[in-house]
Amino acid sequence: MVSFGIALRFLRSNKVQTILIVLGIAVGVSVQVFVGSLVTSLQGSLVDAAVGSSSQVTISPDENNTVIEDWEPMVPSLEGISQINAISVSADSPSFLRDGSRTLSVLVRGLQFEKADNIYNLEEATYEGSWPTIPGEVLIGKELSETLAVGVGDDIQVTTPAGQNLTMVVSGLFDLNVRVINENWILTTLSYAQGIFGFGEAITSIETQVDDVFQADVVAQEVRELFADRPVEVTDWKAENAQLLSGLESQSFSSIIIQTFVLASVVIAIASILAIKVLQRSRQIGILKAMGITDRDASLIFIYEGTMLGALGATLGALLGLTLIWAFTTFTAQPDGTSVLSITAEPTFVILSAGIAILAAAVASAIPARKSSKLSPIEVIRNG
Amino acid sequence: MAENVIEVRKVDKFYGTGSIRTQVLFDVSLGFERGSFNSIIGASGSGKTTLLNILGTLDLPSKGEVLIDGERTDGLTKNQLAKLRNETIGFVFQFHYLLPEYTALENVLLPVTIRKGRPDQGDVKRAEELMELVGIFNVKDNLATNMSGGQQQRTAVARALINEPKIVLADEPTGNLDSESTATIYQRFRYINATLGTTFIIVTHDRRIAEQTDRIVGVKDGRIDMDVKK
Ligand SMILES: Nc1ncnc2c1ncn2[C@@H]1O[C@H](COP(=O)(O)OP(=O)(O)O)[C@@H](O)[C@H]1O
Ligand SMILES: [Mg+2]
Repeated sequence: MVSFGIALRFLRSNKVQTILIVLGIAVGVSVQVFVGSLVTSLQGSLVDAAVGSSSQVTISPDENNTVIEDWEPMVPSLEGISQINAISVSADSPSFLRDGSRTLSVLVRGLQFEKADNIYNLEEATYEGSWPTIPGEVLIGKELSETLAVGVGDDIQVTTPAGQNLTMVVSGLFDLNVRVINENWILTTLSYAQGIFGFGEAITSIETQVDDVFQADVVAQEVRELFADRPVEVTDWKAENAQLLSGLESQSFSSIIIQTFVLASVVIAIASILAIKVLQRSRQIGILKAMGITDRDASLIFIYEGTMLGALGATLGALLGLTLIWAFTTFTAQPDGTSVLSITAEPTFVILSAGIAILAAAVASAIPARKSSKLSPIEVIRNG
Repeated sequence: MAENVIEVRKVDKFYGTGSIRTQVLFDVSLGFERGSFNSIIGASGSGKTTLLNILGTLDLPSKGEVLIDGERTDGLTKNQLAKLRNETIGFVFQFHYLLPEYTALENVLLPVTIRKGRPDQGDVKRAEELMELVGIFNVKDNLATNMSGGQQQRTAVARALINEPKIVLADEPTGNLDSESTATIYQRFRYINATLGTTFIIVTHDRRIAEQTDRIVGVKDGRIDMDVKK
């Protein structure tokens, strides 16, 4: 109480110094908040673009098989793995699409649309018409519909690998924002695809998404063990995107380096400034001790000073960081209003950054606090 | 003979170590009665400030004992000593030592603030009365740095008296003051001594001041060479 009041007075009576230290800490914390959020958002958007709307752990037939038989019991088994949050089965086959004299390669995919929606966000992607419900209805991609110049209600001609020619009706159009998919995929009902490709009750893959995309390899291993006695193969997105991952890793690493240096500079700045402050105030500390302040209270003055500087700096820094993020997102906006990269600030990260800076300030003030505790009043009284 | 409220027994004091080790006090034994009004005189460098600091537990004797209220202080912890100083002793230092960050009034209230965290209205009233008494009420809201040397010294006097201590130790408390102000301060000391029974020990090199006290102790080269009571 005594110490807090004295600390407050010391801070207020040297405003310029106080403001400079607070600004120093604030700059450090704002860089921390901005860079940390930037890297996290960048990674988030990269990963989301790469695997957010696709299968993250995929079960396919092993090399000796072309289909997965007796798959129904596998679904409840997968549902038992808590990390898995979306499961979709499909019966796929490459096929040919005939358009006058042209022949295009396509992938016909038989899906349970309600289930597939959990992975591909088909509901949102379907911008015209509706999902296929009866045999022969298909959903095709934006680019394919433009190439063929067909719309909802029009027919298309498909030839299966077995050579069977079929006429299908476009029931709707989708845009999954990936050109290759929009050009290649023809989506239809599971049972229709099973029928035309002669799969019977079998399917060709089970696709899943997991809660934490970076745990996909761990989940994949669990799935592998679960179906060890079945002729299937389990793959995860991480194994197939090693390059993306190593890019992300080096990004994370540089972000940690930056944050460590920022933190170190905050600690050193506060410790050295408070050390000078103890020297500057040794006269006052001596008087206070002669008047009967305890060594503990004398040291608390500097702990409070350091912590208050840290708290002010961290709060200002967090606000500054958030302002930077807002400014970045606003001023890099494209004419259509969307941003090149929208940075989102995780509240927990911002609070953690500020908290660490405050803690660092408190710890940094321990050395000067000790000095203050050790100071003997007589040294001051005697030396005038 | 009344009991001693503050006392040193067989005190030696050395400064420095090795070849520069010098003895400043030699086997000093001296006690002051409760409620007495005393002065210590002596030439500059004779050891008056050193003796006063040892009496006030700010400095430790190299040898010997210090007793306050009949109790030895060498067994007390630093915290107990701090509390003892705060509640029992009022200091007026040779160099007046105010906190420059605080106003005159806040400086006067400092011992109260240290004792109980925050002065109450009664404390503020008492402080203002004391400041009136020593003639600095008009500058009570000035920062210590915006006062003349004499005003600072009188602030230090008011500060020494605020906790109504049993003992006031004053090291040349009127060194910066004109003779009129000096006379006023001594009148105040006398008044407080008479009404509250506060013991005063005042270091001075001014014989005329010393002659107004009830007992004069002379220090020469670290020894007591004179001790006269009225
Ligand atoms: N910290 C110190 N180190 C060494 N010598 C000191 C120290 N403080 C005081 N002295 C010496 O002790 C002697 C007594 O000093 P002091 O008690 O201040 O005398 P006075 O108050 O009577 O002028 C002087 O010779 C002074 O130089
Ligand atoms: Mg002296």
